[in-house]
Amino acid sequence: MNNKVAVYRKEHFNAAHRLHNSMWDASTNTSVFGKCNNANYHGHNYELIVKVVGEPDPETGFVIDLKLLSEVIEESILNRFDHKNLNLDLEEFTKVNPTAENIAIVIYRMLREKLNPALELQVRLYETERNFVEYPA
Amino acid sequence: MVYLTRLEHFNAAHKLYNPEWSEEKNEEVFGVCANENWHGHNFELYITIKGNVDSETGFLFDVKKLSKLIREKVIKKLDHKNLNLDVDFLQGKMCSTEVLAMEIWKQLHVHLPTPVHLHCVKLYETPRIYVEYFGD
Repeated sequence: MNNKVAVYRKEHFNAAHRLHNSMWDASTNTSVFGKCNNANYHGHNYELIVKVVGEPDPETGFVIDLKLLSEVIEESILNRFDHKNLNLDLEEFTKVNPTAENIAIVIYRMLREKLNPALELQVRLYETERNFVEYPA
Repeated sequence: MVYLTRLEHFNAAHKLYNPEWSEEKNEEVFGVCANENWHGHNFELYITIKGNVDSETGFLFDVKKLSKLIREKVIKKLDHKNLNLDVDFLQGKMCSTEVLAMEIWKQLHVHLPTPVHLHCVKLYETPRIYVEYFGD
């Protein structure tokens, strides 16, 4: 039995997006993505839960200083995603659809670079109260 | 007198931007909300009606009919839309939550049969920000 503990930080951002595949014609896009394909975009209040797992440091008692985690999320994610258009304002989504799945993967990769490799990381992203994804699964 | 509330929701893009102003002034007043490429929200809409209970049905108003009315007159026009560009009843208006609540009131109150009255449009832009409009 190890002493691993999961710690969580919850954040939120508000953004516009649309689901669209530029390789497809308009009718295919409509039939696959429905109202999410609206040319003028729509938007969501995204809720982001970042989970970090590790053993508490014997000196501090922390898995990770949650204030530090909060600052990393704010600098790496919120400053880039909040009040933005995910399709137009973020280069990560120029070729990849900003579905909740892909947003979670992008967020995970951005945070992974900033955190101690010894810590496990998982991202849960709520697009609405009822629709949410987790990465890695 | 009894009050009845129906909760609906819609997801939409918007921006806060006054076309009469310079870009700098828009940014100064509206901050991140003025992003020219839009941003968006999950809006939660609480519609409260008031009146007396019908003695034969026990209803103030059939809540299924109320739900259908809200969906047809409001949600269908707003959900997965750009509030500034796609909505007929918001053309030429500022798309703040305050204005949106007042315009939703206008779309609904004329369709309620007497003696049912619209009491309140309560609109959440985020879980932490909401407005209420009572028609006065």
